[in-house]
Amino acid sequence: MSAQPSQPVIDIHDVAKIYQMGDVQVHALRGVSLRVFPGELMAIMGPSGSGKSTLMNILGALDVPTSGEYRLDGQEVGRMNDDQLAEARNKKIGFVFQSFNLLPRTSAVANVELPLVYGGISNRRQRAIAALEQVGLGDRLYHNPNELSGGQQQRVAIARALVNTPSIILADEPTGNLDSKSGAEIMRIFQQLNEENGITIIFVTHEPDIAEHTRRIIRLQDGYIISDSRVKNPRRATEQAYTRRARDLTDGNGDRGTVGDAPAGETQTVPASETQTAPAGEVEETA
Amino acid sequence: MSVLESVRIALRALTVNKLRSILTMLGIIIGVGAVIALMSVGQGVQNLVRDQLQSAGSNLLIIVPGRLQDQAGDPRRTRPSQPLTMSDWRAINDPLLVPDVIVAVPEAGGNADVSRGRVSLRIGVTGTTEAYTFIRNYAVVEGTFITPEDVAGEARVVALGSRVATELFDADEYPIGQSIKLNGLPFRVIGVMEEKGGGGFGSFDDLVFVPVTTAQQRLFPYLRSSRGEPTVSLILAKVVSEDLMSAATAEIEDLLRQRHNITYLNEDDFSVINQADILDIFGSIIGVLNTFLGGIAAISLLVGGIGIMNIMLVSVTERTREIGLRKAVGAKRHHILTQFLVEAVVLSLIGGFIGMLLGFVGAQAIASLSADLQAVITADAILLATSFSTAVGLIFGIYPALRAAQLHPIDALRYE
Repeated sequence: MSAQPSQPVIDIHDVAKIYQMGDVQVHALRGVSLRVFPGELMAIMGPSGSGKSTLMNILGALDVPTSGEYRLDGQEVGRMNDDQLAEARNKKIGFVFQSFNLLPRTSAVANVELPLVYGGISNRRQRAIAALEQVGLGDRLYHNPNELSGGQQQRVAIARALVNTPSIILADEPTGNLDSKSGAEIMRIFQQLNEENGITIIFVTHEPDIAEHTRRIIRLQDGYIISDSRVKNPRRATEQAYTRRARDLTDGNGDRGTVGDAPAGETQTVPASETQTAPAGEVEETA
Repeated sequence: MSVLESVRIALRALTVNKLRSILTMLGIIIGVGAVIALMSVGQGVQNLVRDQLQSAGSNLLIIVPGRLQDQAGDPRRTRPSQPLTMSDWRAINDPLLVPDVIVAVPEAGGNADVSRGRVSLRIGVTGTTEAYTFIRNYAVVEGTFITPEDVAGEARVVALGSRVATELFDADEYPIGQSIKLNGLPFRVIGVMEEKGGGGFGSFDDLVFVPVTTAQQRLFPYLRSSRGEPTVSLILAKVVSEDLMSAATAEIEDLLRQRHNITYLNEDDFSVINQADILDIFGSIIGVLNTFLGGIAAISLLVGGIGIMNIMLVSVTERTREIGLRKAVGAKRHHILTQFLVEAVVLSLIGGFIGMLLGFVGAQAIASLSADLQAVITADAILLATSFSTAVGLIFGIYPALRAAQLHPIDALRYE
């Protein structure tokens, strides 16, 4: 992305977030600046406690920073009230969660319609069907989530994130609950949406595997951005790639450490200083 | 998002837990059902009383011994009641003494064994005079009613209420001229009355009518005053017209006070009642009843409302992640608030409607116990039930809905 458009879709400047937990202050973000331009495909990485969830919540307009500025599509989000944030989320952001978060006992198409319902948009059914067709679920429109596989459920969630034509899609560990084959399928859809439709996608993940599929990786640690690197040759998400990867792991060729581990294993592999104790340790500095 | 859409979402949410929804509605169903049933029956009773009073003819005054109203009258000034006598009746019936009364009839009687062949009934016997049919708007369908000659001669003749006639005689028998026994005395049947039904305290159709003198002399010899004069249980007086009711009442009161030697300081020892008074008395009885029922209903609705609140709180907790997701995709506070509020209102409204239906069915069941009583479903009752159940839903739904609306999307999404 050498010729980036002048207007960034996300522009955060010196954003800090401090949580008050009882009488201790927890510094989740300590002055983060970041620009994301339309059409980017990027990953925010970091271990637990690094502040990546907090950053995602702020980028997703689910939360507001304690200090600093956040412009989303040129609009200042930092000082919006709850209802304005809701509207910003509705119009500009699509979420994809690790656990899908589909409404149970509700058809795929009705799930996809949900953002349009709150956006007060008319031809909802049509747009929802179009979004589902885009993720290859045109033949599963009226299936309920419990009649769909995990990969299909996540595709419904992607369609739901797409349907409002948002400025960015935020995907929080989107393959975390999927087997590697479905995971590869999901990554392929994301890459396709980015390349063919120019949709800006930000992954929040601790899996290097996902990050390798992007063109830009932001690493967070202790509330700071410690690196912002380009990926020269992003991996293509194909089933073969994942099969190869799985074979490598079973052969004991675990050159990428924790990749492929269940999310529950995460805390074990992270050094003690970077886990929940890290923010608590910082209290001494600020108090 | 329209209200219709919210209602649809609410209905879907409620059908997920059908049994739970129905159990939650039960309090509302019972409360509304009870109110509707009793209101309908109460209205039916009121209509019945009004109809019967009207069918008895308007412009009617009823004179009874003793004081009915105003019990609080000074006891020192209230002498022991004197019974009403035949001469009291004759005086009221005298156009020279009470010019505004067209005609008056006495009623005197009691229960007697009425038998024919092997059939024997314990029946109310009313002794009266020939003008009774005119005053009560009550016609003879076969034969004749009591004549002045029957009264003068203490004749052993009897007119039968329609149901008594069918009890005593087969369909192909002609009752007129036949002989039946009252308390063992043979009487000749001279007439059969039309079907009239009603009578707040039993139907006219279950009565038989004899000359008042016969009742006093032959059937019920205990109907005597302390001075040995034949007494009557009440006197009915027909007034010339509606606007002369109070004049006639005053005339009768003056006459009876004079006849009963009541000095001006003392209270009347009789009562002159008109239909409006009777309606008032019934109205106040039903009013008390309604207040009482209202209290029960209020408690039931309160309990039902608390049930709704409880279930809505459970529902909010269960659906925390759903709320988080809805907020993440752009639901504002008022969307969530409306969704849960509508759900509570739909819950209690459905309960209200079911209660209303059950109430109507219950009212019909109660009304079917009496041939003359008809349950009346008023628009008032429907409006009341609907508005009350809506109000219960709103009042008890607002707190859970507020809790849902105030959830923070991040916390809600993370909720396990």
